[in-house]
Amino acid sequence: MGKTVSVTLGTAHFAEANATVREALSQNDTVEVNGVFAQRYLGCAMPAGKTLRIHGVPGNDLACYLDGGEIEVFGNAQDQIGNTMNDGCIVVHGRCGDAAGYGMRGGQILVRDGCGWRVGIHMKQFEGKRPAIVIGGDAGSFLGEYLAGGIIVLLGKPGRHLATGMHGGVIYLRHPIGEDEVSAGLVQEPADEVDRTVIGALLRRYNECFAADLDEPLDESGEGFHRLRPTTVRPYAALYAN
Amino acid sequence: MQDYLLPRYKVLRDADQCVRCGVCERSCSNEVHKVDEELGRVIANHRACVNCQRCVVMCPTQALAITRWPQVGNGSNNWTLGAMQDIAKQAQTGAVLLSSMGNPQPYPLYWDHLLLNASQVTNPSIDPLREPMETRVLLGSRPDALKVDECGRRVMSKMPPQIKLDVPLMFSAMSFGSISLNTQKALAMAAEELGTYFNTGEGGLHKDLECYGEHAVVQVASGRFGVDARYLNAGAMVEIKIGQGAKPGIGGHLPGEKINEEVSQTRMIPRGTDAISPAPHHDIYSIEDLRQLIYSLKEATRYEKPVAVKIAAVHNASAIASGMARAGADVIVLDGFRGGTGAAPLRIRDNVGIPLELALAAVDQRLCDEGIRSKVSLVAAGSIRNSADVVRAVALGADAVYCASAALIALGCHQCQDCASGRCNWGIATQRPELTRRLNPEIAAERVVNLVRAWNHEIQEMMGGMGINAIDSLRGNRLMLRGVGLSDKEREILGVKHAGE
Repeated sequence: MGKTVSVTLGTAHFAEANATVREALSQNDTVEVNGVFAQRYLGCAMPAGKTLRIHGVPGNDLACYLDGGEIEVFGNAQDQIGNTMNDGCIVVHGRCGDAAGYGMRGGQILVRDGCGWRVGIHMKQFEGKRPAIVIGGDAGSFLGEYLAGGIIVLLGKPGRHLATGMHGGVIYLRHPIGEDEVSAGLVQEPADEVDRTVIGALLRRYNECFAADLDEPLDESGEGFHRLRPTTVRPYAALYAN
Repeated sequence: MQDYLLPRYKVLRDADQCVRCGVCERSCSNEVHKVDEELGRVIANHRACVNCQRCVVMCPTQALAITRWPQVGNGSNNWTLGAMQDIAKQAQTGAVLLSSMGNPQPYPLYWDHLLLNASQVTNPSIDPLREPMETRVLLGSRPDALKVDECGRRVMSKMPPQIKLDVPLMFSAMSFGSISLNTQKALAMAAEELGTYFNTGEGGLHKDLECYGEHAVVQVASGRFGVDARYLNAGAMVEIKIGQGAKPGIGGHLPGEKINEEVSQTRMIPRGTDAISPAPHHDIYSIEDLRQLIYSLKEATRYEKPVAVKIAAVHNASAIASGMARAGADVIVLDGFRGGTGAAPLRIRDNVGIPLELALAAVDQRLCDEGIRSKVSLVAAGSIRNSADVVRAVALGADAVYCASAALIALGCHQCQDCASGRCNWGIATQRPELTRRLNPEIAAERVVNLVRAWNHEIQEMMGGMGINAIDSLRGNRLMLRGVGLSDKEREILGVKHAGE
């Protein structure tokens, strides 16, 4: 794991706190961040090979533009973790707030419990990069809105307006929604063998990350999941006339 | 279904002049012209003509001109031919009408009601050919007070990040995708030559243009296309796009046809999918949320680059701008409804937003009244047509202007408003290789540089006439403006006296 160091943030302003963390990261591969009191932007644009282990409550925009680094939160995370993240991994031993994974292009977000509204909005994928979000509990409304790529696995129940405007990627649901709740342009169908391989790998990651928190590991077979996917990558192709 | 649409334009061909060389046929991606060997003449499909005037310019014998389709309406001021044509098109397609460029409707052009001052006898005018005349502008926040070590001749205060413009003009956001790479490259080269900036729009920064990073404003919008830490740090300034003058309240939508391999690589999305930038940023529902995004960008760029926020000029622009300044924006960009776009729903383009001139004056006044004007720079955008418009914008309160339509016109654009089709014959708003190669970046850059140098000299002449030798002294100097043909209310908002007062 390379060199590790601890820093304590207390009530420092976020600019000062992030400068402290960056300074620690410049000399070490792993930084234990203690006494975190809602400082925003921790792990902003952190590159590969660097790890933050966060104790306390990180503020909004944790791991924005994350660039390959790894972040583990021992507690809950607030709004908008992994904003426009490019690569890397965020593990939350608790729940997260709204808008996690906004515009995310690569890497993984694993949340042990539920999440707020508007999670995974406008996630996208490109070439080898296929971002993934696993939510262990229930999700708020608008999960996966405008989804353009990537994978969302939801173990609890979704809120309303699931994946409106979705035109790429896939959402795996352990609890399928009613056919009348499926947004226009989307189709819900049972996961197949290929899907189960994808789901299984992500559930295995979930079990590994949260082994200490779970009474027993989740079934990794991917059985019983449904997938939600768009019927077209061009949902608005016929909307306009020149 | 029978198509009831009439052609919009008619190709006039002078048979005596035409030598049937076929240049017009080869010029036109809309396939309007055809050399008919059997008939021994060139025929035209008028219906396909968009009036881009490429064939007119290219015709070696000046045999061509384009005119309006001669069909008259019934004389009604209400049911004009244009209004009925829109209905015919929608009845045919059931679709939202799409158009391009800025609002062309005959709303008041306040620029043309504002006259500039010049000195006579007292405060004599300055000759820019002989006297130093400063047109350099620094954009960014300014400290409340400046501590200077006079002996060491050093500034002691910590200065916020600023960018330096040698001319009071930058090129506004146009993404690679909406315009060709050659066009963006031409603007980048011109920006470097002129000591100013081009703007990537929300389309990422192509690898071939990374060398122009010091002259790039990198844009972040709701779709986050091409945005990563490397991109954010590649530019000189980061700009958050909230809205655009041509389509306030509407997001962006680059159709899948335009996402070719190069655009796909730069935007970091698969080929052929629609690139959708939703109208709202789903993480911004308040000024406080905007502050969060601004500071995330400042963190990502280590507080080394100013962060601009661009909004469309709308009814409550001044209150919003006040919030933006307090949210930590270093530069506020106001985009009026005559600003261009590669594609906008026609009804939005023609009916939403307010004129830039009024919004600019109102925002500048509001920020001054609240004592926060110096916390931010103000950039005016949305159809700056010439150097006199630049001078008026600065006198109304802008630090600098953004300019795109005029730069494109310098490259050959004739404002045909058909950008969305992707068939731009001038090689500007297209990704088709046979069209994009019509625009040579080096020659195109030279045209833009010529234009801006000419404007800058004219700006110096106008400033000199006012007895002003630095553009900073013109900023918000509304005494240099007088209104003609304006109501009291209009002059009150613009903050100008009537001519003769």
